[in-house]
Amino acid sequence: MNTDFTEQELAFQNEVRSFFENELPESVTRRLKAGLRMDKASQVDYQQALYEKGWAGINWPVEYGGTGWSATQRYIFFNEAARAKAPRIIPFGLNMVGPVIYTFGNDEQKQRFLPDILSSKVWWCQGYSEPNAGSDLASLKTKAVRDGDNYIVNGVKTWTTLGHYADWIFCLVRTSDTGKKQEGISFLLIDMNSPGVTVKPIITLDGRREVNEVFFEDVKVPVENLVGEEGKGWTYGKVLLTHERSNIAGVATSKQRLTDIKGMLNNPPAGVPPLKDNSVLMQRVMQTEVELTALEYTELRVLSSVSTGKAPGPESSILKIKGTEVQQALDELFLELAGIYGLPFVPEQYDDEDPSLKLEPFFAPNAAPHYYNNRKVTIYGGTNEIQKNIIAKQVLGV
Amino acid sequence: MDFALTDIQEMLKDSASKFINNAYDFDARQKLSASDTGYSEEHWQLFAELGWLALPFEDQYGGLDGTAVELMVLMETLGKGLLLEPYLSTVVLSGNLIQRLGNESQKSEWLTAIAGGEKKVAFAGFETASQTDITSITTRAEINGDSVKLTGKKPVVLHAQSADMLLVAAKTSDDDIGVFMVSPKESGVTIAAYPTNDGGRAADVTLNNVTVSADARLGEGENATDAIGRVLADAVIAVSAEAVGLMEKMLNATVEYTRVRKQFDMPIARFQVLQHKMVDMFVEVEQARSMLYYGAISLSADNGVDAAKAASMVKAKIGSASRLVGQTAVQLHGGMGVTEELDVGHMFKRLTMINTLFGSHDAHMDALIKAEQAA
Repeated sequence: MNTDFTEQELAFQNEVRSFFENELPESVTRRLKAGLRMDKASQVDYQQALYEKGWAGINWPVEYGGTGWSATQRYIFFNEAARAKAPRIIPFGLNMVGPVIYTFGNDEQKQRFLPDILSSKVWWCQGYSEPNAGSDLASLKTKAVRDGDNYIVNGVKTWTTLGHYADWIFCLVRTSDTGKKQEGISFLLIDMNSPGVTVKPIITLDGRREVNEVFFEDVKVPVENLVGEEGKGWTYGKVLLTHERSNIAGVATSKQRLTDIKGMLNNPPAGVPPLKDNSVLMQRVMQTEVELTALEYTELRVLSSVSTGKAPGPESSILKIKGTEVQQALDELFLELAGIYGLPFVPEQYDDEDPSLKLEPFFAPNAAPHYYNNRKVTIYGGTNEIQKNIIAKQVLGV
Repeated sequence: MDFALTDIQEMLKDSASKFINNAYDFDARQKLSASDTGYSEEHWQLFAELGWLALPFEDQYGGLDGTAVELMVLMETLGKGLLLEPYLSTVVLSGNLIQRLGNESQKSEWLTAIAGGEKKVAFAGFETASQTDITSITTRAEINGDSVKLTGKKPVVLHAQSADMLLVAAKTSDDDIGVFMVSPKESGVTIAAYPTNDGGRAADVTLNNVTVSADARLGEGENATDAIGRVLADAVIAVSAEAVGLMEKMLNATVEYTRVRKQFDMPIARFQVLQHKMVDMFVEVEQARSMLYYGAISLSADNGVDAAKAASMVKAKIGSASRLVGQTAVQLHGGMGVTEELDVGHMFKRLTMINTLFGSHDAHMDALIKAEQAA
């Protein structure tokens, strides 16, 4: 039992670290240095830099242009990315629809879609949830009715993250109303430029447009955009959810954030109160470290099983629940460190390179918006309560 | 990176499982607990034959060179049986301390005797309610040439009543601690023995002007503080492994019970409110196990993690997980959970007492906070 890296893994770690230190596109490093969020252009620049390095398809097999990395290599990559505070990889193309297409799509679909997903030339978004189908996703109602060589799609999808950037959307649609509701669902790829598609913003508690509603009104979708078989969409969607759970806990990013919190406690920047003697706060900090350390070892246990060719054990099912709980505990700590400097609402200072107002400490005005926004993590991807239902059924057998 | 057990670790686990399954069912355990000594000498001799008593010792003293990982594997499995034998006191605490601190002749005499099952040793070290800080002891050792006079009181010494030898930690000066081998038969030694809340045995040991030879000091006169601190970390791993074994067993017992117990014309396992409580138990068991692995690996390998910090992280996590898992297991067993007749209640008792051993959740959280504040 050990957590040692091999010589090759250590060399790989050096290579990844050097990439993040020296090879990120200028548009990305400029925004990172200024503490700004990625805009669409810099996000695409980042993912294309990964693509040029051959590192875009982190979970993809080599035959489709993926890295073919081992579980340990992926762990190293995500740790180094977090250490460098690199942008996240937008998952909808690379981690979600890509694997569905190379697993269940036909050759024509693979040739048509995979290269542009890998190179981030095309931006994908996800059409799963609907206004009346959230946790009970299988009750979704967006209808796709066969009409000659097309499906005619009508319905509404919601919580569509960055749908306003997207060129394509992958949707779960209802192709049949008879039988079990899961068995009437199909997996359909839809061009966002099709006539009848409308994207409307949903503004979240941080005042930002991250998610959208997507309306489909008599949208014509060619039948060749159906992935796999009609009625199998639910199965494909579920495979997608369980296909790649590496990094689902966000351990690497949480570790970096905890390091930042401790850094501010040890050397409070101007405006940050000296809180190190506050034992109530310190208890929360150390409790978070305890949970996060345990969580990291839970993740390593999963990695170890996967990398020795075994199926992940039942411990993998807790990654989402614990990971998101830790993320939210960290959000609360940042909020505490910001104190009253967390009151101003100046989102533009994280978007504009030359904002009209730039408040210090720089992180503080973002603490509350981030805290508000990040309540989503225990809600999306199957709420934590739904995760508990799944564990009860699949792991405990009750 | 590999979390799989080695062949030797698997064998250790198998032999421990066989022993618990064959010889340590709940009724047999309760009978042993009620006996005069509170454990079985026959079992102890079997442990010697199986090599368990030699596990952490170096090869040259008849040991198996076991690390914290092997200790964890053994203790987790034995813990599931609510083991009563003085393994923790003789091997983990005393044996490890002799190995870390003893001189050649002490090691070859005592480690061999412990490994062979011939001698049992108890560690009379800590004096405060929280067994985390050895430097706060008040037992004094006055050294006069070839003899040493010991005076002090050692509360709750595990298995002192069955020990052939006591390891007494005492201040030789304001900031120097020595560990002295004292026979319990020595004049001036009083042992007030009692059973413990979890069915085990312990005693208060009083030393009133007890005179021993200067040779009785472990080692060559060096300060024992660091060695005791490191042994404390091993002991934390040992009881935490026990706790993880127990928690897993309690979770399984609870799931099984809720499947069988019917109310409102259905198994109570159908109720979502109970399902989620059991999932909470499961999450804590897995997190506790992960933390235990972190601790055992950190103590076994030189991975840059400080042993005291690793032990505090482990004990803090085990403490909070044990409370949730133990209390929920009792709650979901309903009235049966608070009876003596069901094993779940006894596992709950042991888990609760494990939290008090070698620093509780609160004590270790406090240590972590203070270390961070001093950083």
